[in-house]
Amino acid sequence: MNPEASARPVPQVTPYLAPFFAAAREHQLVVQRCGGCGALRFPPREICSTCLSTEASWQPVSGRGEIFSFNIMHQIYHPGFAAEVPYAVVVVRLEEGPKITSNLVGCPVDAITVGMPVEVIFERLSPEVTLPKFRPRAA
Amino acid sequence: MSVKGKAAIAGLGLTPQGKVYDRTHVGFAVEAVRLALEDAGLERRDLDGLLLNPGLAWGDAAMGSFNLQQALGLRDLRLSATMNLGGATAAAMIQHAVLAIASGMCETVACVFSDRPLKPPDERRSRAGEPTGSAGAYAFARGLDAAYGQFGINAIYAMVARRHMHTYGTTQDDLGAVAVAQRRWATMNPAAQLRTPLTLADYHASRWVVEPFHVLDCCLVSNGGAAVIVTSAARARNLRKPPVYVWGMGQGHPGGDPADSLASGAPLAKGTAFGMAGIESRDVQLCELYDCYSFTVLVTLEDYGFCAKGEAGALVASGATAPGGALPVNTGGGQLSSFYMWGMTPVVEAVIQTRGEAGERQVPRRDVVLVSGNGGLLSTHSALVLSPLAA
Repeated sequence: MNPEASARPVPQVTPYLAPFFAAAREHQLVVQRCGGCGALRFPPREICSTCLSTEASWQPVSGRGEIFSFNIMHQIYHPGFAAEVPYAVVVVRLEEGPKITSNLVGCPVDAITVGMPVEVIFERLSPEVTLPKFRPRAA
Repeated sequence: MSVKGKAAIAGLGLTPQGKVYDRTHVGFAVEAVRLALEDAGLERRDLDGLLLNPGLAWGDAAMGSFNLQQALGLRDLRLSATMNLGGATAAAMIQHAVLAIASGMCETVACVFSDRPLKPPDERRSRAGEPTGSAGAYAFARGLDAAYGQFGINAIYAMVARRHMHTYGTTQDDLGAVAVAQRRWATMNPAAQLRTPLTLADYHASRWVVEPFHVLDCCLVSNGGAAVIVTSAARARNLRKPPVYVWGMGQGHPGGDPADSLASGAPLAKGTAFGMAGIESRDVQLCELYDCYSFTVLVTLEDYGFCAKGEAGALVASGATAPGGALPVNTGGGQLSSFYMWGMTPVVEAVIQTRGEAGERQVPRRDVVLVSGNGGLLSTHSALVLSPLAA
């Protein structure tokens, strides 16, 4: 198979996500913090939807959370995932509040449960992009 | 000002549905309007309003309703708009038509949806390993999701469904019961794409798309067009077909994350629509509910108060929504089994049933008919209360 066709998609480092990827390269998970009301949010927004402030910074978080929900992908939508199905996509609710969509690794898909405690790990895709993923942790 | 009984659906047009490739999206729209006019006994010159809900094939649909006006050769319209609330648009177009008619802006409005997301085999151009057909049409990924392998609408609805299962104990059998009940209706609908009888065992044996959704939990993807003609009650009474009066209408767009609320915009839309119609949930005799997924039907039944939150699975599993049940739901087979014209699918079946034209699947009680539309991820919602009675 053509190796290019089977590569997984690498996300673009957009200006809005640049600080997120810069932190991920250093194995640190960060979320946006509103400069007006202090609300934590992810994914980032230009303007806070809680108070409409345009001020924001990035704040490190613990990387600990729990599985809020998950799905198990069977349909192949992209050739880069053809060898991976079935795989789980998870929504993790971080201890600090925000939810983040990711993958759970180190856990068979039929053992995943809502509420399962997880912690962040980092997977390097390219020199620019390291992706935060999650693995089970002891409660 | 209440608009109850001031306007009615007077014409219905539905093109062939599914893997049909002989028209473009514009051609399907023109054909649907032509059929709807013929059904009503009206001519093109009788139309003075045109509302379009553009499907995926329309692209960004800039000036879509104008392009359709030109394709139809319509002159001197007094109302025109291209609208998009996803699956809530069809009922919303009817609402806007009713408001415009009741206010005197215009009298006779065509509300149109068409799409052509499916390409014929010889037009398909796809990199090796990428899906074509139904799976490819709605496979777009948002933001970081693609990097994590989360593609398409199916996956994000699956997240909310899983959360509903966790919170309320909704089961895979409950989801399956929706698919089985609707297929029973579809076996009696000559226009349905899937008419083979279906058992719960068949459901469990069908392939997974994204757990907890089997392929039979997911709507079809169809090429085709659908249109209705909305006009004043006075005019509707003098046309070819029995009027389907609009008794009540409402919208609800809750905002926030539906995975938290596990609810749609139906509670808000219901308050407005049922208030206008002067009805309660117990008065509803027939439901045509937006069913992009089996799961969407469960949430919608709960949100209209036909059962408590979390109890829709048991309601459907009891047989209440199937043929012979006390609360018939999606009597044409819905989007799961008949055809997928976004919000037009429930509108089309509601018009057929309310007129008493449903043949073998005709329900006996149809004086108060509820239609729901739902767009995005339980993001937008529209409701209509329809009746064959003027008031």
